[in-house]
Amino acid sequence: MTGELHTERVRSRTVRLTVNGVRHHVRVDTRTSLLDTLRERLGLTGAKKGCDHGECGTCTVLVAGRRVYSCLTLTVALDGAEVTTVEGLAAGGEPHPLQRAFLAHRAVGCGYCTPGQLCAAVGVLAEADAGVPSAVTPDPAEPPALDLAEIRERMSGNLCRCGCYGRIAAAIAEVAR
Amino acid sequence: MRPFDYERPWNIDAALAAVRDTPGAMYLGGGTNLIDLMRLGVLAPELLVDVSRLPFDRVEETGDGGLVIGAAVRSADLASHLGVRRRYPVLAQAALSVGSAQIRNMGTVAGNLLQRTRCAYFTDVTKPCNKREPGSGCPAVDGVHRNLAVVGYSPSCVATHPSDLAVAFAALDAVVRIEGATGPRRVPITAFYRDPGDDPRQDTVLEHADLITGIEVPPAGAAAHSAYRKVCDRTSFAFAVVSVAVVLEVTAGAVRDCRIALGGVAPKPWRAERAEEVLYGADATEENFARAARTEPAGARPLRDNGYKVPLVRNLLTRTLIDLAKKGA
Ligand SMILES: Cc1cc2nc3c(=O)[nH]c(=O)nc-3n(C[C@@H](O)[C@@H](O)[C@H](O)COP(=O)(O)OP(=O)(O)OC[C@H]3O[C@@H](n4cnc5c(N)ncnc54)[C@H](O)[C@@H]3O)c2cc1C
Ligand code: SF4
Ligand code: FES
Ligand code: FES
Repeated sequence: MTGELHTERVRSRTVRLTVNGVRHHVRVDTRTSLLDTLRERLGLTGAKKGCDHGECGTCTVLVAGRRVYSCLTLTVALDGAEVTTVEGLAAGGEPHPLQRAFLAHRAVGCGYCTPGQLCAAVGVLAEADAGVPSAVTPDPAEPPALDLAEIRERMSGNLCRCGCYGRIAAAIAEVAR
Repeated sequence: MRPFDYERPWNIDAALAAVRDTPGAMYLGGGTNLIDLMRLGVLAPELLVDVSRLPFDRVEETGDGGLVIGAAVRSADLASHLGVRRRYPVLAQAALSVGSAQIRNMGTVAGNLLQRTRCAYFTDVTKPCNKREPGSGCPAVDGVHRNLAVVGYSPSCVATHPSDLAVAFAALDAVVRIEGATGPRRVPITAFYRDPGDDPRQDTVLEHADLITGIEVPPAGAAAHSAYRKVCDRTSFAFAVVSVAVVLEVTAGAVRDCRIALGGVAPKPWRAERAEEVLYGADATEENFARAARTEPAGARPLRDNGYKVPLVRNLLTRTLIDLAKKGA
């Protein structure tokens, strides 16, 4: 193997993360998920561990503005990344419009899924703005309009054991209007 | 999860070298399948070589109207690409049917093709499974196999391959670009997956350190219409029970071109050659579409609890052909 092909091989690493605008240096084992880093190392317990297998959505956060499952994301692969969690949605002490709408529509039951739902909903609005289609977007692609069918499809990666789906969709629809 | 090393090389050569020189090394894409299987104890690589940000992360137009889809393109970006949406609806629709928006934001095209079966015994390390532990047996043959194969399987393994993209690529005659120890090579997607035979360990023809760099999609016929349809146990965020990918060109009431692949029925995307033969040159009528669909999946031998897949996939195919022919008319 030639020298210049050699890249650093690590079993633990200090990763630079900007979380909700705050810079962190955190040393992690390669096995650590972003979810565990947020909850156990940075004290950000908003994102929840539901399944740890990418099947429920409670761990949803935004990395570089894109919604992902933090349980299946390795922290070691995120050096330099910008992460937004539910704790970072409110700006200047004011709740995010989605947070207000969730309350107004009583879209919160036990609340366990809510941080993931909110981050996913932020992703829905951003993706629709960027013209990302969904499985129910009519062809050929016009800029997608966020009606209830679109919102339900785009939010299908977030389960709610309390069954608040109708209210969650209504809350997002209000903000999307 | 067993401890492992992590490395993120800056170019393809470095990635190849890193995996080639470490027998227990694996490439890492978005991690949506690999990290899950590592957490379940099904896989325990000693080194992950992260290829998710190598410069094969774009959809490129070839001069002749085709596309090369970079290995690290995320499903969401594939589905959003205008050339894909306009010229290859079958591919855009397959990409939009993958998992959830979060899975599509994370998962790469190469990782999608190389994800492992969802057979419940494969992911449960307390159970025997020939794919995981050769010679340990296949409990699915007499056990839970409602969602497994009806064709193309062997007594050693009756698993299906769960990829949606592979089914669309099969109907498009796509070609997988591979970089390996012996240099670059190209393998048609229809020859990419292995039959399980006596040893179902390897799902594909890839060797250790083989790196997928992209998928070539040939030019779409100007008059062709295409679609991907998927039946699931729930409306969204679920793997296919069965699926169909169809490219159909109808001129003057007759079928000029027709390429069909079935998903959820076999260890690989199942190219429906029998149905294609029936349809070539035939009048584009509902009767002919139904007649063609009845020939598939050719050679099907359903297991005790999955016979329902045969009429299901035939009906889905008939309906998809009818709808596409209407578009062309
Ligand atoms: C809850 C859930 C639902 C899902 N639903 C669907 C669905 O409906 N349809 C569907 O098709 N899929 C589904 N998936 C599977 C999902 O994992 C894939 O869609 C995804 O695209 C895999 O890509 P990845 O980049 O995350 O792969 P990874 O997990 O990173 O890798 C998968 C495999 O590919 C190998 N690999 C990655 N890149 C390369 C490369 N360039 N060259 C060689 N080898 C490489 C890895 O070594 C590994 O073996 C689902 C997954 C989850 C967790
Ligand atoms: S069907 Fe294949 S993957 Fe499933 S238990 Fe049998 S050998 Fe394992
Ligand atoms: S905890 Fe990540 S999807 Fe369930
Ligand atoms: S509010 Fe209880 S799980 Fe959704």
